[in-house]
Amino acid sequence: MTVVNRNFAALGLGVAMTMGAIAVPAFAQDETIKVGVLHSLSGTMAISETTLKDTMLFLIDEQNKKGGLLGKQLEAVVVDPASDWPLFAEKARELIEVNGVAAVFGCWTSSSRKSVLPVFEELNSILFYPVQYEGEESQRNVFYTGAAPNQQAIPAVDYLMENEGVERWVLAGTDYVYPQTTNKILEQYLMDKGVAAEDIMINYTPFGHSDWQTIVSDIKTFGSTGKKTAVVSTINGDANVPFYKELANQGIKAEDIPVVAFSVGEEELAGFDTTPLVGHLAAWNYFQSVDVPENAAFIESWQTFMGNPDKVTNDPMEATVIGFNLWVQAVEKAGTTDTDAVLDAIIGLETPNLTGGVAKMLPNHHITKPVLIGEIQADGQFEVVSESELVPGDAWSDFLPESKMIEADWTAPISCGNYNTETKTCGGAS
Amino acid sequence: MNAISLLRTIALFLALTLGLASPAQAQVADAELTPLVDALAPGNFKDREAAIGVLVATGDPRVVPVLEVLLEGELYFDEASGKVVFTSEAGGEGTISDPATGAELPDLTEDGLDKVKVNNGLRRVLRTAIGQMTLLSEDPGVRLFAAQSILRDADPAQLELLDSAIAAETDASIRRVMEQARAAIILKTPDASVEDWQAAIPVVQAIGGRDALNTLTTALNTAPEAVKPLIQTAIDGLARDRAVWDVAQNVWFGISLGSVLLLAAIGLAITFGVMGVINMAHGEMVMLGAYTTFVVQEVIRQNFPGLFDWSLAIALPLAFLVTGLIGIAIERGVIRFLYGRPLETLLATWGLSLIIQQAVQRIFTANIREVGNPTWMSGSFELGGLAITWNRFYIVIFALMVFVALLLVLKYTAIGLHMRAVTQNRRMASAMGIRTPLVDAMTFGLGSGIAGLAGVALSQIGNVSPNLGQGYIIDSFMVVVFGGVGNLWGTLVGALTLGIANKFIEPYAGAVLGKIIILVLIILFIQRRPRGLFALKGRSIEA
Repeated sequence: MTVVNRNFAALGLGVAMTMGAIAVPAFAQDETIKVGVLHSLSGTMAISETTLKDTMLFLIDEQNKKGGLLGKQLEAVVVDPASDWPLFAEKARELIEVNGVAAVFGCWTSSSRKSVLPVFEELNSILFYPVQYEGEESQRNVFYTGAAPNQQAIPAVDYLMENEGVERWVLAGTDYVYPQTTNKILEQYLMDKGVAAEDIMINYTPFGHSDWQTIVSDIKTFGSTGKKTAVVSTINGDANVPFYKELANQGIKAEDIPVVAFSVGEEELAGFDTTPLVGHLAAWNYFQSVDVPENAAFIESWQTFMGNPDKVTNDPMEATVIGFNLWVQAVEKAGTTDTDAVLDAIIGLETPNLTGGVAKMLPNHHITKPVLIGEIQADGQFEVVSESELVPGDAWSDFLPESKMIEADWTAPISCGNYNTETKTCGGAS
Repeated sequence: MNAISLLRTIALFLALTLGLASPAQAQVADAELTPLVDALAPGNFKDREAAIGVLVATGDPRVVPVLEVLLEGELYFDEASGKVVFTSEAGGEGTISDPATGAELPDLTEDGLDKVKVNNGLRRVLRTAIGQMTLLSEDPGVRLFAAQSILRDADPAQLELLDSAIAAETDASIRRVMEQARAAIILKTPDASVEDWQAAIPVVQAIGGRDALNTLTTALNTAPEAVKPLIQTAIDGLARDRAVWDVAQNVWFGISLGSVLLLAAIGLAITFGVMGVINMAHGEMVMLGAYTTFVVQEVIRQNFPGLFDWSLAIALPLAFLVTGLIGIAIERGVIRFLYGRPLETLLATWGLSLIIQQAVQRIFTANIREVGNPTWMSGSFELGGLAITWNRFYIVIFALMVFVALLLVLKYTAIGLHMRAVTQNRRMASAMGIRTPLVDAMTFGLGSGIAGLAGVALSQIGNVSPNLGQGYIIDSFMVVVFGGVGNLWGTLVGALTLGIANKFIEPYAGAVLGKIIILVLIILFIQRRPRGLFALKGRSIEA
């Protein structure tokens, strides 16, 4: 019997730890509107997602100072899905069914988003998803405030072609759905632009990959055929630090082989000395260094809220801010937090973004964004070297043969996430 | 746009009249130079490139510092007047002065300044421009640097300049670089004479390595028919060398990966291999070692910046102590109650690993922490055709040192003797008067302490985040099981074998599939030899 007991004791220890991170707010008044925050606070993605949880708390705090919403105070319900994709679905269900939240702000990886989609559809709630992603999706209950591929990947490649004269491409990514789909789109795009197949090298690595010697050396070899070479990196999360360290140590300079990254922002660069990386690029829709009054005001109040004058801001934070502001506006316009009313009200609403432009919610549940290309500086910030006009997010890529005839439009009369413009039916390519 | 095209015309005109080949100590009046410098500020990168061309064409020595400051991204301009200025301190601070005259400009304020932006393309242009302007400098170091940047770009427009520089050069090593640059330029000039090509090809081939291969491959398309076979032979020769070196490079990568595996696994070889404890919290000990390094570096950064290069040497003993003591506490607090119950030990230590991770996350937040490389661990060196990075090189040395030290401790010290005695026959050792509980605690402490040392080393190549340990725990178990439980030599051979095998599979199968193949191979191997490469023989094992 003791054996069994001890077994349970040990198991209990582990379970207790997992449960420990679940925070339920202490005060629960009747007259509050609850907002769900679904970001990993432990596990691999905690590094990126914790900041977004703080951003939500900050935004809700600011909104409450302004008098709340519809005369009620907002209340954050924070849960920890622990970087565990199936757990995201469970936690989403808990937020909607048990806590009765009006909307959820959350997810980072595409795997976690895909995991919660059925829950939001079934329970008819709203999710705001603040991270750049691979596209090929538009769901009735989800608003995508991060970049679609045409708002990040394609303009970045165009920049390299035009300004750096790049002819040879390494597409390096972490082995999961976002890099794979993005690379598929980019490969097709490059081929359409006349790049030969042998001038494209595609490479995938596991999550958290730490030994980059071979790959960096391969990139060096690939880049020494006389044609200007660049690396397009969709490497995710903490694998970036060893990758850039290896690049710097093997002496690959941005002037020889520039790396343009879609997942490296200010937050990730805070993890190391960027002096050897000056000139490598990142494509985002927001940089902390953007010099406009809206941004300066945001950074200041954010740093005051966090009590840390060195706290950086990044692109998914801006996307969270935009999503939250659009939701607040939509609720005010609809006069209720009722899902269907908000879904109707939000289309076409506009809110200023933090780079001096306007974010407009489009019928395909994506928003308008400017595309910024920045070069890494020695202080860990980005210097903007190219800024585009506002680009409307395109849910279904026009560069993939299987999705170019598909459009998303959630307004009447189409009201469909995958409307086939050729067959005039809702239901995708088939 | 009109002003810009005017500038381009001026550039062309100046280039034609002054001639690019004679930049020697021309001096332009301040009033003429200032507007040319100010032209760097407005417009986009293309306009700036044109403005640089104009500046270079003046040949004025005062242009060089302007370009150098611009290359560093430290050139500023006054937003109101558009005047380009120098600042005495980095980041656009300190006193503001005029680049042309050097006079201070007290009217301008730091707040009104904005950076003149540079991008990669512009940096390349600047490097070439500076090279071109300093090729005839008095200082041999500057000349060498200039020659190297011309070699890098091999711009045919520099040929005449280079010829006059070669004629004037007295230093043989600098002249060699200049001649290499000249040869590289010839290979970019299809209408150069066949004799020139024939002379240039061996010079470029002698540069060796990828750069030479690169230049020759590009030249092959444009070369005169007569020299094409010559180029092809040179390319073949270089490619052959390259193939041999690539194998050597793979072996080195494998050794380097193996040494990382060895470091991560060697502590486990003691706790798991010698004591038989399945310690799932081993990875967290590695992580704590890395965080110790971080804390040490933070303290040094804030209080004794001069000691930064010594930070690792200071962190090593501290990490050993911290993780060793935590290890002893874990053994005394949890594991000693669970000896002989592997399943429960596994669950308990797994729970501990979660506790430690969360605790670290609470204290240090989930963000990646910056652990810097001391200067002696940054960059790489060339060994023949091998590029070896210093940080990896030192980690290989360090891993072997730890291994040898551990071997010596186990073999020649009293505590090592006691450890071996307790492992082989606990009851007999106890009967001989060895305090087995103390030995258990010390052994676990030693294993954990070594994990801490590994953490210090791993902080130099990877992330320092609360998840650091998880990435290594599976690999560590794999190495220990593959090498043979209870045998340190097995761990060494196991780690290196896995490292090298991994690096030879990776180029063909990719990193993802490579890992899977290795795992399958190990499973098959363990099926054939359940005790691993080096099985311990004897009765104790069966007990």
